Amino acid sequence: MKPFDEMIKTGGQVRPPYEQLQCWLNTQNPERFAQKARDAENVFRKTGITFAVYGDEEAAERLIPFDIIPRIITGNEWRRLSQGIEQRVMALNAFLDDIYHRQEIIRAGRIPRELFTHNDAFLPEMVGFRPPGNVYTHIIGVDIVRTEENQFYVLEDNARTPSGVSYMLENRETMMQLFPELFQQIKVRPVETYPKQLRQSLAAVAPPGCNGTPTIAVLTPGIYNSAYFEHAFLADQMGVELVEGSDLKIENGKVVMRTTEGNRAIDVLYRRVDDSFLDPLTFRRDSALGVAGIMDVYRSGNITIANAPGTGIADDKALYSYMPEIVEFYTGRKAILENVPTHRCSEPDTLKYVLENLADLVVKEVHGSGGYGMLVGPAATKQEREDFALKLKANPKNYIAQPTLALSTTPIMTEKGLAPRHVDLRPFVLVSDRIRITPGGLTRVALKEGSLVVNSSQGGGTKDTWVLDD
Amino acid sequence: MLLGRTANGLYWMFRYIERAENMARLIDAGLRMALTKTSDAPEEWSSVLMSAGVKIGYDAKYGEYNASLVSDFLLRDLGNPSSVMSCIETARSNARMVRTALTREAWESVNETWMILKSTLAAAVPETDLPRVLDQIKRETAIIRGAFHGTMLRNEIFNFARIGTFIERADNTARILDVKYYVLLPSISYVGTTLDNFQWESILRSVSAHRSYRWVYDVEYNPVNIADYLILNSRMPRSLNFCYSNIVDNLTFLANDYGKRHECHDMAESIMTRLENNDIRTIFDNGLHEFLSDLIYQTYGLGSKIAEAYNFD
Repeated sequence: MKPFDEMIKTGGQVRPPYEQLQCWLNTQNPERFAQKARDAENVFRKTGITFAVYGDEEAAERLIPFDIIPRIITGNEWRRLSQGIEQRVMALNAFLDDIYHRQEIIRAGRIPRELFTHNDAFLPEMVGFRPPGNVYTHIIGVDIVRTEENQFYVLEDNARTPSGVSYMLENRETMMQLFPELFQQIKVRPVETYPKQLRQSLAAVAPPGCNGTPTIAVLTPGIYNSAYFEHAFLADQMGVELVEGSDLKIENGKVVMRTTEGNRAIDVLYRRVDDSFLDPLTFRRDSALGVAGIMDVYRSGNITIANAPGTGIADDKALYSYMPEIVEFYTGRKAILENVPTHRCSEPDTLKYVLENLADLVVKEVHGSGGYGMLVGPAATKQEREDFALKLKANPKNYIAQPTLALSTTPIMTEKGLAPRHVDLRPFVLVSDRIRITPGGLTRVALKEGSLVVNSSQGGGTKDTWVLDD
Repeated sequence: MLLGRTANGLYWMFRYIERAENMARLIDAGLRMALTKTSDAPEEWSSVLMSAGVKIGYDAKYGEYNASLVSDFLLRDLGNPSSVMSCIETARSNARMVRTALTREAWESVNETWMILKSTLAAAVPETDLPRVLDQIKRETAIIRGAFHGTMLRNEIFNFARIGTFIERADNTARILDVKYYVLLPSISYVGTTLDNFQWESILRSVSAHRSYRWVYDVEYNPVNIADYLILNSRMPRSLNFCYSNIVDNLTFLANDYGKRHECHDMAESIMTRLENNDIRTIFDNGLHEFLSDLIYQTYGLGSKIAEAYNFD
């Protein structure tokens, strides 16, 4: 069956949100358009908006391909999505608070205790500790896919350190540079406010002892990290320091950074370093990326770490299948956004089913991310499926399986003109004194015809995403 | 207030950009000397390497001196940390690290220079292409300077970058003079010979001063005037006096901005005073070589003191 296309209906008619764009496209000269696409690439390369692919020596710095056809969402579609997202992030934070305190949800028998025992994402250091403002996951990127006009699914919650927001912002910036006239004709809700909101959001959860304007910093693993561009971009846009572990130390019970005028205390740290590297005294001893002793400062309430250590338990794939229960348990309502039906391979009957239907399923590692270590059944060869089956049987609880969804398509610009490609959507959410959701988000697109893998590390590209102000 | 690491990144970013440009100029001067049949070309290339401060590294790798080996070592060799390509790589890494402190224009100019030179210097440069490539390097670094001057706020970020530029430049000018100091000594040189004239012009050329010299002094080259020009002239942008007056100015801005003076301030000012209250005759009388090697040593020490004062050592 042909997947749902967000621009063109089955009969060839243009869907309403794309009508104005289509009119404009009709007036465009194809050659000028191709030139614009090249201009866009030059802008990205010149600006240095690159990402590193691990294990890829040759292309140490690559561009994420940018497609110049925007993806368009109506105001109504967005209202429903954002309500669903809001409900979900409230539930995630309530869940984290519960799981590190009374664990009511386990007592109520809604989710099994085994999920937390022997799970590295669950940090015993966080038990009984309440972060400032009672917020655990401050910055979330919820991955959403669409299969029909009114059918959206949440694919992943990305509650620890979602990346990609800089691409959302740069994509818009680039589109406005390339096609200013388009933004005069079509009313698109702005995304440019994100950095300011991020700053407000982080400032609002400063530790209680912080007087005056809190000092905020972004902690990066350094220039060789794949998302370094984004770390620098966000620090710059927020007007805060971009620090590395080597800039920081503990002094008088505070985390301080070494500056040209001596050491300065940091109140809120937006860290883009994983939990395990955060504090060599508490977690991985060989880590040079974190700060020795920061967990003690944190636990004494002298710094806010965003996202809080231990939030990873909320976006653990093994837990994902329980999200409908989790949302209902903490919000008292059914989840507005649906989960993709998920098979837990840890259950023997399910494992049998998954093995028998490998050709139709997507199998993911429970702890994996970035499209690594997964099998897309329909796209895999027989050999690949057999190899994967062996891994699956060896360690079933390490895997979950989901039906292959017919992801919606939107057109991209190819050498032969417009052609549909599969997309997903990552809206960005900020949680603090209140919830702030940027209209739209990052649309990732699988550039290869028929491909369902949108990850940038696997040949995916991005698009500007428009929420219509209608 | 800046992170110590950011001050460090700015300082070194601009030292390396300055160094890349100086390398291009040194090769240029070397090429010119090698073209004059009157001189001993291998000897000239050897002194170019000495001025560049990389002779030990070169000797460990090659056994002879000629235009193609030396220019390749100075332009493209990534094993030579002062080659143009190494300098640009290091400058860009530093720029990436301090990106939040740079304007978009300043960052993009460095990034573009890196992209362009990476492709220009991807393969060995034929001797016939050298003049074009050297021009390109000078033009690229000029664009970086232009973007920086045209768009950056005059604050501490600017000051650390400028201090890096002028520490590097002072070191460079002093080295060029020191390697060639003997051709400037009246006792050895035979005034008016063609060789002397070429040697003197070469010194001026390696700091892009062979034309401006004539605007300030006589049409005829004269070793005392050349030394005066490169050491004491306060308007010549590569003279030691000019470099130090900029170092002092930028350090003073920092002291005022932060409300605090450090040891490096006294040190820079005392070197400045020595340059201001000196005349070239006295320097020659007391020993040009001694004067220059002491200045190189002091400049190195000043760099360390600045790093110490601003927490980037």
